[in-house]
Amino acid sequence: MIAEIGAFCAALALALSFAQGWLGLAASRRDSRAEATTAVAQAAAFMCAIAFVCLIAAFVRSDFSVAAVAANSHIDKPLVYRIAGAWGNHEGSMLLWSLVSALFGAIFATTRGAQHLSLWSRAVGVQGLVTAGALIYTLFLSNPFARLDPAPMQGAGLNPLLQDPALAAHPPMLYLGYVGLSIPFSLALAALLEGRADQAWAKALRPWTLLAWTCLTLGIALGSYWAYYELGWGGWWFWDPVENASFMPWLIACALVHSAIVTERRGSMASWTILLAILGFGLALLGTFLVRSGVLTSVHAFAIDPRRGIAVLVLLAIALGAGFGLYAWRAPKLAQPSGFAAISRESALVWNNFGLAIAAGVVLIGTLYPLIVEAAGGGLISVGPPFFNATVAPLLAALFILLPFGPMMTWRIGDWKGALTRLAPAVALALLTLIVALVTTQWRAVPAIGLAIGVWLIAGGLTYVWTRAARGEGAALAKIAALPLLVWSMSVAHIGAGVLTIGAVAETAFRAERALALAPGQGVDFAGQRITLLEVGGIDGPNYSATRANFRVDRADGARSLSAERRFYPTSPTPTTEVGILSGLDGDLYIAIGDPVRGQDNAWAVRLYHNPVVHLIFLGALMMGLGGLLSLVAVSRSKRRPA
Amino acid sequence: MRRRDQRLMMIGVAGAVLVLAATLTFAGLRDSVVYFVAPSELAEKAQAGQRVRLGGLVVDGTLRRADDGSNHFNVTDGAVEVEVRYDGLLPDLFREGQGVVAEGRWTPGVAFEAERVLARHDETYMPREVTEALKQRGEWKGAQ
Repeated sequence: MIAEIGAFCAALALALSFAQGWLGLAASRRDSRAEATTAVAQAAAFMCAIAFVCLIAAFVRSDFSVAAVAANSHIDKPLVYRIAGAWGNHEGSMLLWSLVSALFGAIFATTRGAQHLSLWSRAVGVQGLVTAGALIYTLFLSNPFARLDPAPMQGAGLNPLLQDPALAAHPPMLYLGYVGLSIPFSLALAALLEGRADQAWAKALRPWTLLAWTCLTLGIALGSYWAYYELGWGGWWFWDPVENASFMPWLIACALVHSAIVTERRGSMASWTILLAILGFGLALLGTFLVRSGVLTSVHAFAIDPRRGIAVLVLLAIALGAGFGLYAWRAPKLAQPSGFAAISRESALVWNNFGLAIAAGVVLIGTLYPLIVEAAGGGLISVGPPFFNATVAPLLAALFILLPFGPMMTWRIGDWKGALTRLAPAVALALLTLIVALVTTQWRAVPAIGLAIGVWLIAGGLTYVWTRAARGEGAALAKIAALPLLVWSMSVAHIGAGVLTIGAVAETAFRAERALALAPGQGVDFAGQRITLLEVGGIDGPNYSATRANFRVDRADGARSLSAERRFYPTSPTPTTEVGILSGLDGDLYIAIGDPVRGQDNAWAVRLYHNPVVHLIFLGALMMGLGGLLSLVAVSRSKRRPA
Repeated sequence: MRRRDQRLMMIGVAGAVLVLAATLTFAGLRDSVVYFVAPSELAEKAQAGQRVRLGGLVVDGTLRRADDGSNHFNVTDGAVEVEVRYDGLLPDLFREGQGVVAEGRWTPGVAFEAERVLARHDETYMPREVTEALKQRGEWKGAQ
């Protein structure tokens, strides 16, 4: 019964979303219809929520007559992963997509804010159509409530690799980001329909963009962290097409976060901001297409079904067609921006946007190139990390070198000499880092430059906080405490980018890795410590059995113990790795255990990695997310005050 | 500088950066694109020392570990078997009888030196390239 209620509610939500679309787009001049639009949007979100709760209930009760449950759950699975199983699969994740879209639409409709009535109602209308598109796809091409007859006695189980807290949280976070970009998209289309994109419009756009960007940042970081400790490869970013699919919208959202500031504060760059909003959502849809269609050979692409891929492609074509069509038609009519000098806060943000957009373009080309070559009959090829390292890294380096100047500039006309004077200590620190790194690494230029850029970003962010605080009055601490939240949010995010850079560069350039065979009792010297395999034995977990290897790690400061497991889930033919990680200030010792080595008595394949300062990568990403969150708080606070 | 000149300068710099980025991109694509080959195509398509992806099925009973710690196994597409040597760590999902993609260089008459071995983390995974190659050879037993 529950599945039928869920399907019925989802169908109701679809009808309501269409009504929301129609009412919103038609309500432009009548307040009574606007009220109805809000109520319809709320009802659509409510119906989606009930549908989603029904799906979760089906998973919790292990109702294997529902196909999605049978394929992705198992009665032995811990409760929390049965719940997470509701969105840890294709069908459920599409329902989540629809739910988030409807919820955002309802929240947006409820908190109307300062926007013009017709602009607001058109945006709600477009959002209704976006939700309707997602629901059509969910109900007709990947219905999570489809029944299975006869029902199996037992589910196939969730992929054990996905049975993990970081990965349970990763899709909802990523979807909040992807789907969060639908509101800027709806607002952009509404602005084009309306023929105006003023400061009030940008003010409505900014919190949603910040929300989407923050969620994308945290979602990507969670995925990366999961890959790091769960896959047992010791890596955190692979330039895999599926990763690129989330990185491209992130880059564009990052540009949008910045260009929306210019439009809000100065009224300029409005048509560019609109274009970014359309592109950002377009890339989020493209990402969904790439992941769902299986057109790309990826380490993690799943749900290989060309029919679904084509459906997403059709939705993408409609969204982008409507977006770009309207843009071509209406954008030239938007009010012209006010001017600014070549050296100013505006121009700094223009360059920021330019760099981020080019980076997104390069990632797009690298990701789609194999598809284009194959379609043109050029054979099967792959574009791997060397391409992205050679193209994206220098672009980001240039962007990061310019970044600390941006906040130092004033609006309209900036003073680059003054900015450089204030940044002089940061420049000196970065140059010192460069020289020290060059000498200590025997002239390895690339990591040395990377580390210097990281230090430059951190020092630049601190300099900005300092110069802003110096303007205040009173004791130093009081001055720093009195700084506006927006100063903090920006600085934390920018310093986070520096921390991430240092972590990424150091981890990539200086990681040590070794594969060997060890028998119990044997030891090896690795990365300044002695690692001894003590014993290997079998253990039983709640729904798996495992081989566990215990190690002793002797360091200068004493001995530690560490264990790594290889788990076998009865529902899955392949084992999974639980790595042993010993974290220190300098980085992680990372041990994974493999199979017994054939031909050598009692020996096991062991992989050792030393990943220097790898935590800085995740700490940096977290700081960037925190910066986004603080900014979101600051922006929503200012929204309540009369402009 | 007048505002008009400033704008022209910005457009000029932007154009130069764009050209630079495009040059980097296409040079990067030329240098780092890796072609996929099946074992039977290796001799005709891959020049010695060229970086390629070799895809096929791991032949049962061929996986062994040499004294120097390297892994050796044979990859087949049903027509030709190629020996692969790999110094690194085989991924979790690496199994005899299953699909695999090895990225590296081939020396005719010797072995395929893999720098990376890929197996996806999904138990039903068969690399798409391998599926295509097996279909072409009529060895494909799966769906479609």
